[in-house]
Amino acid sequence: MPLHPGDHDSPRTAAARPTPSAGSVPSAIRTRGLVKSYRGPDGTSTDAVRGLDLDVRQGETFAFLGPNGAGKSTTIAMLCALTRPTSGRATVAGADVLTEPDLVRSRVGLLFQHSALDTDLTAEQNLRVHARLYGLRRGEARRRTAEALDVAGLSDRRRAPVRTLSGGMRRRLELARQLLHSPGVLFLDEPTTGLDPHARVLVRDHLRTLRDRHGSTLFVTTHYLDEAEHCDRLAIVDRGRLVAQGTPSEVKAAIGDDRVALRTSDDAGARRVVSALAPPGRPVTVDADGLWLRVPDGSTWIPRLCAALGSHGIAVHAASATPPTLDDVFFHHTGRSMAPGEGGAR
Amino acid sequence: MTTLTGTDAGAGTPAGTGLRHELRAVHALVHRDLLRLACQRVPTALMLLHPVLYLFILGGGLAALIPAASLGVGYRTYLFPGMLMMTVQTPAIMVGIRLITDRQSGYLRELLMAPVGRATLLLGSCAGGTLVATVQGAVLLLLAGTVGLPYDPVLLVLLLAGMVLASFAITSLSLALAVGLRSPETFHTLLGLVMMPLLFLSGGFFPLTSLPGWAQALAAANPLAYGVDVLRRSIALRAPEQAAADGLAWAGHQPPLLLEAGLLLALGTAALLWAARRFGRPE
Repeated sequence: MPLHPGDHDSPRTAAARPTPSAGSVPSAIRTRGLVKSYRGPDGTSTDAVRGLDLDVRQGETFAFLGPNGAGKSTTIAMLCALTRPTSGRATVAGADVLTEPDLVRSRVGLLFQHSALDTDLTAEQNLRVHARLYGLRRGEARRRTAEALDVAGLSDRRRAPVRTLSGGMRRRLELARQLLHSPGVLFLDEPTTGLDPHARVLVRDHLRTLRDRHGSTLFVTTHYLDEAEHCDRLAIVDRGRLVAQGTPSEVKAAIGDDRVALRTSDDAGARRVVSALAPPGRPVTVDADGLWLRVPDGSTWIPRLCAALGSHGIAVHAASATPPTLDDVFFHHTGRSMAPGEGGAR
Repeated sequence: MTTLTGTDAGAGTPAGTGLRHELRAVHALVHRDLLRLACQRVPTALMLLHPVLYLFILGGGLAALIPAASLGVGYRTYLFPGMLMMTVQTPAIMVGIRLITDRQSGYLRELLMAPVGRATLLLGSCAGGTLVATVQGAVLLLLAGTVGLPYDPVLLVLLLAGMVLASFAITSLSLALAVGLRSPETFHTLLGLVMMPLLFLSGGFFPLTSLPGWAQALAAANPLAYGVDVLRRSIALRAPEQAAADGLAWAGHQPPLLLEAGLLLALGTAALLWAARRFGRPE
């Protein structure tokens, strides 16, 4: 049942779970075999999402990480009952996306990747129209609008037309708008894309405050690795398929080892020395930046390697041992790096 | 609702029934249109200026050339119903353009996320557009006295009702056109292509009876012509001394006023239903 999200994962992911009451928390989102195909103009069909099994628990911040075009936005559209899945099932906030689309939409909020405000109207008017669209009574709509503007720190700008607000302010306003109807699950599609680093941090802090205050489940898609690091759990997707799911430390622990990198006066010579020392089955790779290999407890290897290289007359210019990053996890599962796409496409 | 399968809207939601939610959503959209109207005073004023200029410049210039005998009334009086149509037609057509720009700006997705049927959203846009167009028409109606029409309450109500009908029909047609289009440019191009013949074949500028037979046949298929005719005949009903020459004719006979009004209503409803069907189709 939904209580055991690990049942489709590796045993490793299911075993170590940091959330204390994990076993008793009901799932906020549960999908099984979710597929979305689009029919092209020439009759061929492309699969944007190919069989997703996701489990997101109530109240957690869940990152949906993947490069551009991995199927993240399509997944969100299906989970918000904006698009019908080609096959598979999904339950969101206790409602079925196939049979109860209106109920799903009344229980979730969606912060779009691109701003979706009526820029001619004021901040307050945008919120008021939204509240009424979601069926709030007039008085209730007024009260919650005032409250939301206050939380967003926009009370003094409430009569300003949205076109006069900065990008960061608009994002906060849109967030406030999505909280008017108290959604159980809030979807955020690339919430910080297009914002400068300062505004990104502000929005991230703001999100944390909102989560603590409302207890909503946050489902955040992102192609920024650092953003996913801050979440409770995450799923990594590539080409419409799930490649890993778990807490950031779990998915990194799954590939295990630290990366030890060296820059030396003679990388080719160093490679022979290091290969002889390294445990069996640990290939040493030489690239433009020097050489690297993966070993457990990377930092303890640095002095041994330096001593050995020194005795062979090879000077070591730099040495580092880094624990696996999410990009390493992505690389491990897909053979590609996510980093080149970062910030590039938009 | 049209094609959103599944159980009815709002089943199990705590506040209110499904229908009440749908009505609140319609109200929200109408409210949005009124707010936009209120904050766009300059464009609205400019939009209103257009028919006023026609009325006084074109009307004033041609009044001396066109003998009242051929029209039954002075040319400016003759022009008035046509200008009322022109006033409501612009904002009514804007509704379709806004659907396309809302789609481009992403605002449409925000609307689609609302827990109501898609047909409700279209109905709300249509109601909002009809109301805004009628409000603008009502402003022009204030000029009735300057073209020699009495400020008779019944006449004003009849003219308002005629404008509501015409606005509804044009708004629905505009939405039906916009639902299938992705770019505002295409919409503008199509509009530029059909607007001119529609206007000149509406009987707003000159009597349709002076047109050749084939053009009269085209005019009989022109919704704007019915709108203008409904307004013109409302005037004839309440102020017979200002009655203009016959307008629309089916094989030489004038269709009854109520039939003309009914046709506008039926056309608007059909266009709206068709638009709602296409709009509700899942992606």
